[in-house]
Amino acid sequence: MDLFEYQARDLFAKHDVPVLAGEVIDTPEAAREITERLGGKSVVKAQVKVGGRGKAGGVKLAATPDEAVARATDILGMDIKGHTVHKVMIAETAPEIVEEYYVSFLLDRANRTFLSIASVEGGMEIEEVAATRPEAVAKTPIDAIDGVTPEKAREIVAAAKFPAEVADKVADVLVKLWDTFIKEDALLVEVNPLAKVASGDVIALDGKVSLDDNAEFRHPDFEALHDKAAANPLEAAAKEKNLNYVKLDGEVGIIGNGAGLVMSTLDVVAYAGENHGGVKPANFLDIGGGASAQVMANGLEIILGDPDVKSVFVNVFGGITACDEVANGIVQALKLLEDRGEKVEKPLVVRLDGNNAELGRKILTDANHPLVQRVDTMDGAAAKAAELAAAK
Amino acid sequence: MAIWLNKDSKVIVQGMTGATGMKHTKLMLGDGTNVVGGVNPRKAGQTVDFDGTEVPVFGTVKEAIEKTGANVSVIFVPEKFTKDAVVEAIDAEIPLAVVITEGIAVHDSAAFWAYAGKKGNKTRIIGPNCPGIITPGQSNVGIIPGDITKPGRIGLVSKSGTLTYQMMYELRDIGFSTAVGIGGDPIIGTTHIDALAAFQEDPETELIVMIGEIGGDAEERAAAFIKENVTKPVVGYVAGFTAPEGKTMGHAGAIVSGSSGTAQAKKEALEAAGVKVGKTPTETAKLAREILGA
Repeated sequence: MDLFEYQARDLFAKHDVPVLAGEVIDTPEAAREITERLGGKSVVKAQVKVGGRGKAGGVKLAATPDEAVARATDILGMDIKGHTVHKVMIAETAPEIVEEYYVSFLLDRANRTFLSIASVEGGMEIEEVAATRPEAVAKTPIDAIDGVTPEKAREIVAAAKFPAEVADKVADVLVKLWDTFIKEDALLVEVNPLAKVASGDVIALDGKVSLDDNAEFRHPDFEALHDKAAANPLEAAAKEKNLNYVKLDGEVGIIGNGAGLVMSTLDVVAYAGENHGGVKPANFLDIGGGASAQVMANGLEIILGDPDVKSVFVNVFGGITACDEVANGIVQALKLLEDRGEKVEKPLVVRLDGNNAELGRKILTDANHPLVQRVDTMDGAAAKAAELAAAK
Repeated sequence: MAIWLNKDSKVIVQGMTGATGMKHTKLMLGDGTNVVGGVNPRKAGQTVDFDGTEVPVFGTVKEAIEKTGANVSVIFVPEKFTKDAVVEAIDAEIPLAVVITEGIAVHDSAAFWAYAGKKGNKTRIIGPNCPGIITPGQSNVGIIPGDITKPGRIGLVSKSGTLTYQMMYELRDIGFSTAVGIGGDPIIGTTHIDALAAFQEDPETELIVMIGEIGGDAEERAAAFIKENVTKPVVGYVAGFTAPEGKTMGHAGAIVSGSSGTAQAKKEALEAAGVKVGKTPTETAKLAREILGA
């Protein structure tokens, strides 16, 4: 889960990383009172999860409370690279900036550990610095158990060649930033820029944080950080039913079991679509291992409720999941929707293999539902589902 | 032969007395796996009956090893306790720990991986969030259905559980030496490369099928390894060509970030290393068949 800047700022503050005061609002008028409290001037910053908002006009200085309201009015609702601005942060104006640095901690998948990246050339995208001046970027592996001690922090500071007069302060920020990384179960904490201001202090002026969704069990506060406004309504409905669903932009609804098989199903449908008017998968939906008839029914309800879906492909290889459960789920879901008075008109192509496949196939044959057809190979079923979607 | 698991493997189950552990211990025993014990400190000294097979419960992994000579542990404990369970297995120096549990926090996986390293890597870790490992006809550790296929000459390594089953099914008439699911999490113990190296050395394995998916660069690194070290034929499959950027597709590690981790890049890297890559699982199976002349 990627956080907004204001959420990152709050987490930094919680772990004593130096930040400027700031509050988030979603109506322009609220900017006035906050700006007054900040001493009459402020910076209005669009809250979007995409880079380059400054260039897009999403960050503006306000010299008076009235001007803050005007700038917030301009920025709220603005579109920045496809992201609508629903919130702005009204932040304290930064003292005079002398230098801009970059520091981050992140997961290093390739080496199965964590990594520190630091540079005295902050303020721009670190990928850009790494591409043009690789010698200005210091990468230091961090042991997951030993972590960032004051000694390790000094090692990072030395590797990135921070000026002597800020070395201790940057090292201190690094230890606190590592604390944020570990205690919040983050996959990324990034401060860019970490600014040296006229007083000699260093302050985190902007930051990015990404948290590990799998760690939510020990962080009840993660729930409040989810961006519910941005969630697709179908994704939100699926999440409520604990379904692993991602909305895509095609026409063939997909249900399968196991992340790998479902990803593979999307690909196979897209290939089949090349021969059928270019139809594509409409979603990713993994009903997981050992799914019951109820889970199948919940999944089917979400897919059939998607207006973009023209046909549905249910692709199950029964490992833990029993195919008779899946077949029963399909029959039950269709009955449930019909009993509710909803007219189901989308054709379903079902491919069942593996655990209890014969039993599952028989259940579908016996139910003899006019919208359901069985195709017993994955590639054949994908072609049929694509053909049906293209014909609609 | 096979790799890492055979008929002599003595298996203990950490988390055997939970619902998932019970269900799969029963299935593993049914497949002929030599399950010699379970571990649960609160139920130590008891035995559990699985259709007439009495399996003792021990208080610790160490005790289970001392009493039974176990050399494999399979871990079914809930995600909150998995890190501690793996650390216990590492401390007991069990040669193989297979971590089935899904939904483990990355910081926990990073911690137990670092711990294994500090203890001298005496324990091979497979997983987490994986279906386990099967040597058909000999032993089955994890949740892979035991009745899909038979012993044979194909070695399989895969990030995905259901694609493992699908591929075993497609090639069920030829059979497998060993199939190992390594999991799709961002941090895993055993990698594609570890399995490729072991299959290369295994005289029973004539061809290797390698299944990857979007996210990270494990497939690219495996391709480089194949080019230098693997002389046996390798057939590949990569899932996730249609996955959009920045969205996690089920597995925590299955995410395209910017331009990195794409299926296309992985396919190209594998092909450049001489690996034949199928467009669909069925086509991949066909490529394997052609090479084996079966």
